[in-house]
Amino acid sequence: MANKKAFHKKESRSKPLPAETDTLTEISKVIEQKHNTGSKKVEICLIVISLLFLFVMLLLPLLVVVISALKDGFTAYMNAVTDSYTIKALTLTILATVIAVVINTVFGIFAAWTISKYHFRGKQFLVSLIDIPFAISPVIAGLIFILTFGNIGWAKGLADLLGTKIVFAVPGVVIATIFVTFPFISREILPVLNAQGKDEEEAAALMGASGFKIFRKITFPHIKWALLYGIILCSARAMGEFGAVSVLSGRLRGKTTTLPLHVEILYNEFNTTAAFAVSSILVILAVLILIARNIVEYKKKQ
Amino acid sequence: MYVELKHIYKTFDGFHASDDVSFGIQKGNLVALLGPSGSGKTTILRMIAGLDVPNSGEIIIDNVVVNDIPGSKRGIGFVFQNYALFRYMTVFDNIAFGLEVQKVKKPVIKNRVKELLKLIGLEDLGGRYPNQLSGGQRQRVAFARALAPNPHLLLLDEPFAAIDAKVRKELRTWLREMISQVGVTSIFVTHDQEEAIEVADEIIVTNKGKVEQIGTPIDIYHNPKTLFVAQFIGQSTIINNHRTLKDFNVNEDCSAAVLRPRNIKLFGKNDADSITGGQNGTVVDTSFRGDYMEIKVKIDDIVLIAFRDLEEPSLSVGEKIKVTIKQLHLFSE
Ligand SMILES: Nc1ncnc2c1ncn2[C@@H]1O[C@H](COP(=O)(O)OP(=O)(O)OP(=O)(O)O)[C@@H](O)[C@H]1O
Ligand SMILES: [Mg+2]
Repeated sequence: MANKKAFHKKESRSKPLPAETDTLTEISKVIEQKHNTGSKKVEICLIVISLLFLFVMLLLPLLVVVISALKDGFTAYMNAVTDSYTIKALTLTILATVIAVVINTVFGIFAAWTISKYHFRGKQFLVSLIDIPFAISPVIAGLIFILTFGNIGWAKGLADLLGTKIVFAVPGVVIATIFVTFPFISREILPVLNAQGKDEEEAAALMGASGFKIFRKITFPHIKWALLYGIILCSARAMGEFGAVSVLSGRLRGKTTTLPLHVEILYNEFNTTAAFAVSSILVILAVLILIARNIVEYKKKQ
Repeated sequence: MYVELKHIYKTFDGFHASDDVSFGIQKGNLVALLGPSGSGKTTILRMIAGLDVPNSGEIIIDNVVVNDIPGSKRGIGFVFQNYALFRYMTVFDNIAFGLEVQKVKKPVIKNRVKELLKLIGLEDLGGRYPNQLSGGQRQRVAFARALAPNPHLLLLDEPFAAIDAKVRKELRTWLREMISQVGVTSIFVTHDQEEAIEVADEIIVTNKGKVEQIGTPIDIYHNPKTLFVAQFIGQSTIINNHRTLKDFNVNEDCSAAVLRPRNIKLFGKNDADSITGGQNGTVVDTSFRGDYMEIKVKIDDIVLIAFRDLEEPSLSVGEKIKVTIKQLHLFSE
């Protein structure tokens, strides 16, 4: 594409010049055509391949979800969607997502701020620590928490002290969700904060501005879009989380099942239509998030 | 002394960024901290502002030891090297920020900002954002922002570094005038000796974390105390064997001599006045420098740089000439 543009420029520049450059123009035209037809073919090929791949691997399955969900008619679909277990699963999913997003936003901002504004020993180690949830399989993450807070876990006393059950209970679901989505927000805002440097903050601090005022007036406007983008990614991941939640929740139907778990349970009971109907809720949520993501990405670029 | 530093030491991971730095600054003066890159100028400025903390030593402002007083309570205005303007605020809000933080009443802030915008000649640009300004305009806004809360001490870190050469010259005259108009004690950092000489009442020369010399520009130019200062301020040639030059009492303790081009006089064969003494030299190179000629002369095995006015008869390469040297600066390092 870049090449093509360059040729166009050359051509238009040589136009006002006298005849001797005409041959040059001709040559460059020929080159351009050759070049274009060559790259055009490749371009079309690549686009077709990508689109085909996306259609077969992503779009088709989504269509299947919707079609299968409506297979037994709209009433059956509505019954599955408004089933009390489904509503409970949806509520729990949203609850876990909201808590995870709030906690990870606060933590993510703190972590990114600390890492970008201060020099301290073990900084690099902290940066790597944040990425652990990306590296560890969610199932293993779930097991880790069972081994920590479960009946044989060393921190069981802590959970008892707080008067709650963590493993096989709602707090476990929330913790699992927080764990797996924990790098998203700090990862998004860290580069933005790093690029800003700390001069502006220092200037404000020298004028006597409080830490909160500095954050509100200087840091926040800077990380706003990146933060929102991180929140969206975090929400998407939180809603879809299966592995860690599956292990830590104990799958108590109507108590600790989130939407993805509920879908799997329905499916295992050969209740395919209901499984797909509930899936369609997740699909709708995903599409909404995708739209929000695109809007934010567009704003972020500006 | 209005600002005083006493035996300041500062290390970064064992590196001595400030190594026994002591100096004093009189009220109302405009002082330059001059030194090569990495000599610890910014570090000194940041310690005075309270942005960095010295390992030991005292910083005194207006007879108060301020080591334990936070920067925001020291009455300081700071202009950062890259201005550090708040990019999500308009020019107006940038300048108003310091007053807003102090909870000054809105109408008062408005008047003050307007007054400052007028002072810096950007009355119409209050609504712009920093990225809509030129480098010189940003510099002025940074200056106004630092001045807004009426600081007693203004610190400027390389205020002209990011501006192209021509505008820089204008801007430094402008800054000089502004500062004397406002009458605020100011310290500015620079690594450009010409800038320091032109703008400052007093120069503090730093090198490798130490203060080499303090004095007025003229004093420092004429009486450099160390070889480093002699080299750094003004143009000069350094020779290690000044014994080969005639007419000087040889000082065996001194291993290096610095010659200023202005202190060397050349007598060519076409010159009106000639001398009988002097040393024999040969012209090895001549180059045009705008308002004067720069001549390289060889005396025995020493090559000196001298200046020559354009009105004087020109010298040609290879010409045998007489050379007199008015002054040598000798150093025993
Ligand atoms: N935060 C820091 N951590 C580690 N070393 C530092 C830090 N700040 C400064 N230094 C070191 O201290 C020395 C002096 O730095 P300083 O910024 O004061 O120099 P400077 O005279 O302002 O140079 P320049 O003209 O390039 O701005 C440098 O060698 C620098 O590497
Ligand atoms: Mg510096």
